[in-house]
Amino acid sequence: MNSAALELAARDGETLTPPVTESPLSVRGMTVSYGEKAAVFSFDLSIPAGSMVAIVGPNGAGKSTLIKAALGAVPKLSGAVASFGQDVDAVRHRIAYVPQRASVDWDFPARVIDVVMMGLYRDLGLLGFARKRHRDQAIACLKRVGMDEFSTRQIGQLSGGQQQRVFLARALAQNADLYLLDEPFAGVDAATERTTIDVLKSLKAEGRTIVCVHHDLTTVTEYFDHVVLMNIRKIADGPVEEVFTADNLQATYGGRLATAQIDQLHLAST
Amino acid sequence: MSSEFVQLSLTPLLIGIFAAIACALPGNFLVLRRQALIGDAISHVVLPGIVVSFLVTRSVSTWPMMVGAACAALLAVGLIELIRRLGRIEPGAAMGVVFTSMFAGGVLLLEQSDTSTVHLDVEHALYGNLESLIWFAADDWHSLLDWKALSALPPELFRIAIVAVLITLFIIILWRPLKISTFDEGFANAIGMRTQLLGFALVVATAIAAVAAFDAVGAIIVIAMFICPPAAARLMTNRLETQIFWSVFFATASAVVGYVAAGYGPLWLGADNAVSAAGMIATVSGLILAAACCFGPHRTRTSAPLASGDQ
Repeated sequence: MNSAALELAARDGETLTPPVTESPLSVRGMTVSYGEKAAVFSFDLSIPAGSMVAIVGPNGAGKSTLIKAALGAVPKLSGAVASFGQDVDAVRHRIAYVPQRASVDWDFPARVIDVVMMGLYRDLGLLGFARKRHRDQAIACLKRVGMDEFSTRQIGQLSGGQQQRVFLARALAQNADLYLLDEPFAGVDAATERTTIDVLKSLKAEGRTIVCVHHDLTTVTEYFDHVVLMNIRKIADGPVEEVFTADNLQATYGGRLATAQIDQLHLAST
Repeated sequence: MSSEFVQLSLTPLLIGIFAAIACALPGNFLVLRRQALIGDAISHVVLPGIVVSFLVTRSVSTWPMMVGAACAALLAVGLIELIRRLGRIEPGAAMGVVFTSMFAGGVLLLEQSDTSTVHLDVEHALYGNLESLIWFAADDWHSLLDWKALSALPPELFRIAIVAVLITLFIIILWRPLKISTFDEGFANAIGMRTQLLGFALVVATAIAAVAAFDAVGAIIVIAMFICPPAAARLMTNRLETQIFWSVFFATASAVVGYVAAGYGPLWLGADNAVSAAGMIATVSGLILAAACCFGPHRTRTSAPLASGDQ
């Protein structure tokens, strides 16, 4: 990506107004760069409400950056973002974000329940007193991910999968309509993967929208109904059965997938 | 004995305690954010700030010096950011470059300028003048009820007391945002917290604590108080709320034990002169940290290694 292209992309957003749509998350003409190198280039996306979406692509494809920039957590060079037809800042209480587990220091002095209570910040505010009802709410969220017995455990003493479930419980406490999860299945045990997918499917059944940055191609067809294939640019997005094809995957991974690998995936027929 | 204590020791002791607490409170967050060096950096760059403001105003009155010190602290923070971005090096290295060169510049300025007539020297900057903050007007404990005697208290006491109260309020009011953004900045951003502003506010609070404490007790104790009590407190508990109370307790204990040991310890050992109170307070805080490392109930950790995220 040369700097002239980035400059063009920077002007890309000038003519764009936030898309008028009720989509939980829509992005138009978004470019994000770290220095000279584009991480996400001229990206258009509209997530259908009530869907379960996987964002798929190789390492360094800008999957996490796409989510972070949409949330305004990293600055974007250009582009417009809207959530539920409004500015993201106006609807933050309807969005829950689960960062990568490795992005925080689990040595932090906090118990499991302290972390889940962070999800109630909107209710508690700066100085609001944490009442029994808040604690009950947090415990209920922990129960949903099978972690209620660990509520007073220090977070550093949990396994990776348990830590991931604590993060999911915190997101549940936010009671959001849009869930953005960054690699929720990375490096977790089978039980956690099962619990996580069950919780996400029940959220979807309640009409909420789920978007996961996902790395495991073998589970895409089983877990998700919608897929976004990207490698800095968007390659394709749409229903899994239409878009998750061998051709699109080869385009996403630059032809680096072996035929044997592709054969193992339950791909849509092209 | 009691009258001597009130006259000679009460104010330095209180100043030491307030300074220790004002530094230890933000220190908790600095240590958890792995920014402990910020306190170190700020307390060093205070020196050139004070010297420059002396050269400009030609007086050793407090307020211009505090303004000078605060300006130097903010300049240093800006320079650190600049070097980090332009040089693309890690923050620790940027801080190291900035604060050592600014401190060295301050020492050179101090030597070259005509400051020999006033009480402004390198030793003072490092060790402070805790012992000289005497309450001349006091007779005994009853002076605490005597308005005239109270008004003659060293002004340093009021300054550091006000700063300690302000820092405490800052921590109480911004408790949840500070805690959440220190643990998980990405999440804090996502729920709409202004994490950069919070980080800056923490640095400003640190700078205010450092400048006020530097004025009373010198650079060494300031550096020690930012790091030692919070680091020791972390080893005593696994809850941030409890950690804060431990850090205040350790800060107070360092100030009291250090001051008493410096004033009376050498005499008990048969020496003639007391040793530097600031130096002894810093030493005691280090000893407390060492003890916490050996005997603290939560010194073993089993956390996952920290890795940087995928893009």
